Order: sequence, then structure tokens, then C-alpha cells
Amino acid sequence: MASIKGHKSTEMGLHEEVLTGRTQQVFFNPEESENFFYHDAYDVDFNKRTEIDAKDIECLDINRKIKELMSQGYGTIVIKNPGSKHSIGVGILNKLNLIVEGSLGYFGIGSVDGPNVRISGRVGWSCAENMMAGKVVVEKNAGSCFGAAIRGGDLICKGSVGARSGIDMKGGTIIVGGDAGAFTGFMMQRGRIVILGDVGPNLADSLYDGTIFVGGNIKSLGADAVEAEMTELDVDWLKRKLKVAEIDKKVDFKKMTKIVSGKKLWNYDNLEPTERKGAI
Amino acid sequence: MCGIAGIIHRGKSNNVGGEMQKMLQSLKHRGPDSTGYALYGEGESNNYILRYKVGENVKEGTTAVKEDPSVYAARRKEVDKKINEVGATIHDDEKITDYSFRYVISYDGDLLDLAKKIESVEETEIQSLGKSLELIKDIGDASVVADQYSLNQFSGTHGIGHTRMATESGVDIRSAHPYWAYPFSDVSVVHNGQLTNYWNNRRALEAKGMRFLSSCDSELIAVYLADKIREGMDLEEAMKGSLEHLDGVFTYLVATKDKLGMAKDTMAAKPMVLYESDDLVALASEEVAIRSVMPTEIDTYDPYEGEVKVWQA
Repeated sequence: MASIKGHKSTEMGLHEEVLTGRTQQVFFNPEESENFFYHDAYDVDFNKRTEIDAKDIECLDINRKIKELMSQGYGTIVIKNPGSKHSIGVGILNKLNLIVEGSLGYFGIGSVDGPNVRISGRVGWSCAENMMAGKVVVEKNAGSCFGAAIRGGDLICKGSVGARSGIDMKGGTIIVGGDAGAFTGFMMQRGRIVILGDVGPNLADSLYDGTIFVGGNIKSLGADAVEAEMTELDVDWLKRKLKVAEIDKKVDFKKMTKIVSGKKLWNYDNLEPTERKGAI
Repeated sequence: MCGIAGIIHRGKSNNVGGEMQKMLQSLKHRGPDSTGYALYGEGESNNYILRYKVGENVKEGTTAVKEDPSVYAARRKEVDKKINEVGATIHDDEKITDYSFRYVISYDGDLLDLAKKIESVEETEIQSLGKSLELIKDIGDASVVADQYSLNQFSGTHGIGHTRMATESGVDIRSAHPYWAYPFSDVSVVHNGQLTNYWNNRRALEAKGMRFLSSCDSELIAVYLADKIREGMDLEEAMKGSLEHLDGVFTYLVATKDKLGMAKDTMAAKPMVLYESDDLVALASEEVAIRSVMPTEIDTYDPYEGEVKVWQA
């Protein structure tokens, strides 16, 4: 465990409380070199390309194979015949071009930090859950809980998504070219969601923070979600982001609806400083 | 968790038994306790197909009470007697397992009278009574049940099925899905989810004379729809009503002689993936089930909250 004495985080006001009882907190020191890399993260070469035929392979073995290839320096991996299998491409913690030729089942590309992923088909529930960084592009539709609890990166679905997209989202951007279902942005805490089509009921219910932009109709707003004014900065940001998302849809950005938190619902101001930082 | 699946071919018959077996087997991880099929075949002209059981499949992991198999034969004889008493004629009878039977019968009277007579025999339960519906359910995964009941070559236009993870009631055939919408021939239901106002609805429906055989909340959907159809509603109308009256999280499939429908609760809390083409509609809790019968890349989507859809065979 790193020492916390004289550390920058202490100067910022963290760790000032007297903690009593048992704690499992492990203090992170960004100056220690071993903290720069994850265990099982690899230095890969994008020009080194290979393929995996997933037709007769179970998801666990597909993920093992991806890891094995990354450890050999392969930076571009194509998965053929994924057959909508679940949990493919999870836990990739380094730069990688992952190309999925077909559709994924539930929990695809979960808990990743860094890869650039392109899926030519559809994804099931909870795609890219807990993503930290990287870019995931889904060419067709996505199931519910798209981008649940993501903390960073760009998650793009060119088709429509199911219910609860961006639930518990803590950062990053979700962009949807089509429609979205009920409870989009439910309990979202930070980040941005862009829906170019229509959205179902209870949009942004119990939103803590973050912003949601909607191009189509909103069936209803959730508790504490309020409409805010679109600014020039918002329009500029949307233009740039949609270019990154490769969505060729004519959008009148000024006519989009911007939804933010009314900040009346929760007890946020009463939280202890450490708890507040943990919450976001 | 439970897994549900359905397939309907538009204007033609296919091997729906084999297709449903593949779809349900690929959902085994969602519910390994029991598997059920409601398959809609070509039928037996004007005759009824009766599927019934007189006992439970008792093996390791089940909650049913073990009985001496010799009682099954006596119960079957008693059922035959009751069928004759109401004026029905048995044209064909087949013993599938020690406790499960398939009959072809002709009958002109009230189905409710016939059903009541048959179920008056101790431990006897009609699984289906219809002109094209054959409802089969038992303990084990989809392959085990399909092999046991020879379903792999079943030809028909459509079918629905269920793999069950027992949560709120026992591991037995009685609590397995699908449920027949007693006493309406050819109506069956499978469900994934939990109903939270089960007892209120059950008491109200029992007061109206509707019958419940299990304490499984999914049976409520079948009985609810049966009651609404009895009151004169069409299937789609009855399903839309169910979204208002049934509380909880659920997705269910319902099938009739020539239709297949789906309904999703207003929270969209339970999954359903849908594929639709000019030839067929296939839907399941997970896309992997649809892909088991359509291995090429296909375009699918999730129906939205509060959606009700009905397709014609």
C-alpha cells in the first residue's frame, strides 16, 4: 500500500476524515510506475492482424484466444461467426482494433479500457458495461442496458437501442442513431447521451448529473429531469461528436432537446466529501 | 430467470418440433429445471387431441411426491370411463410415459364439462385439449423432453416453449410452462418474469369460476386471458388489458390455433429479441436461440416497453 502522507490527494482534501472501523480502501499512487499498466495489458502492433473463427468455440475460449493473440503482439483481431454468443471481448485493458463480423449476445465488450471495437451486426443486453475508455461502434440495433455504468469512452449504436441505456453511467458518451426505450439515462451520474430518434417514457429518471440530447420525441421525462437551453457550445460539441460517431444523418442540432438534472430529488449536498467523490 | 421462445411460419408448415427443441436447448442456461412445448400441428380434422398426465416425474431434484407407478394405470382407466360418460369417443390412445398420455377423441358437448370430468380423477391434469395444440412439459432440458415425447419431427405452423428456473414454486410438471388457457381449446402461454399481484387476481378469477391447478404465477396469465376471451375480447385486446391489470415484470408469449402473440411489461424489465421476415417470425429471450435455427446473420430488435404484437400463421 502506498503512503498517503504528503500526497497530492491529501492536499486536495481527500482522506482528511478520520476513518473508524474496518476499511478495505487501497490508496492509489499515480507516481508508482507499476500503476501505469494493468495486469494483462499488452503492447500491441495495429499492423499485426489475425482472425478468430468463433463458430465452434465457447465464449470463455474466445476471450482466452483474444488475450493470447494480444500477448503475441497482434493489434488487429477479426472475430468471424460470433453467432450472438454472450460475453465476447470482455476485459480488454489495452489498445486493440477488434472487428466483430456479425452479432454479439449479452454483455459483449464489457469492462474494457482502451480498445477500438467495430461490430457489424447487433448486440444484446448490457453491451460495453463498465467501459472505461475506447470506442465501440455497433452498426445495427442494441438491446437494453446499452452502456450501463460506463465511465468513459465513446459508445455508438447506429440503429435503435432497448430500455435503460446509460443506466448508472458515470462518464463517457453514448450516441444512438435511432430510437431508445424507457428509462434511458436512469440514475445517470455523469457523461453525455445523444439520441437522434425518439425516446420512451421516464427519460433521465433520477438523473444525478450529466446531459442528454434528444433529436426526436420524448414520451415522458422521469423524476427530476428538466429541459435546459441548448447553447452554441452544445451544438459545436454535438457536431464534432457525430462526426466521430460516423453517423451520416442530417440533424438540426438547434432543434434538439437538452435534458439535465433538476437537482431537487437527491440528498447529494448532505453527503460526506469522500462519499461524494466516490459517487461520481 | 427462465427462457421463452416462439416461432411462427406464415402460410406453411415446418418441423416446428425440431426448431423449438433447438431454440429451447440454447436457452438451457436460463432454466435447467423443466422444459415445455406448445406445438400447433395440422390437427386431426374435427377431433380433439387430448394430452394429460396422471402423475409426476419424480427424480432427483424434483419436489413432487413419489407414487407407486401402478396407480397410473388405474387412473388412466378411470379417465377413459369419464370420457365415455360425457359422450366422447376415444379414436386413438397412446401412452407416452408411465404418467403421460395422448388421445384423439371426438366430442360435441361443452369442453368445460369434459375437462371437469377428466380432472375429477385423482392427480389428473389436462395439459392441453385442442384441435391443433399439443402441449408437452416435463422435467429436464429441451433435448431430454423432446426425445422422451418424440417431438423432433413434429410438423406444424407454430409453437412456443419455455425453459424453467423454479423460483416461487416447486420443480414438478404441474409448475412447468406452458399453461393451457383452460377451458379454451388451442390457447397456451409461456412467461418470463414475476407477477406481484398474483393472489388478488387469482382470488378475483376464482370467484368468477376460473380454475387454477398450480401456485405458479405464470398460470395467472393463461387464466386471465381465458377469462377475457370468455367475455368476448379478441386475443390482442385481452393482451393489452393484461398490461394494465397484471403487475410485475414480465414478457410473455401466447399462441392460439393460428396466431402467436407477445406482450412486454411497461418497465421492459424482461428480455425479448425479435426477428421478422416475410416467411416467419422468431422470438426468444436471447438472440442465440433464434440463431440456433437461423445460422446466417439476421437483423433483430428488442420490442419496447408495453408493446403487444400478434402474428397470423
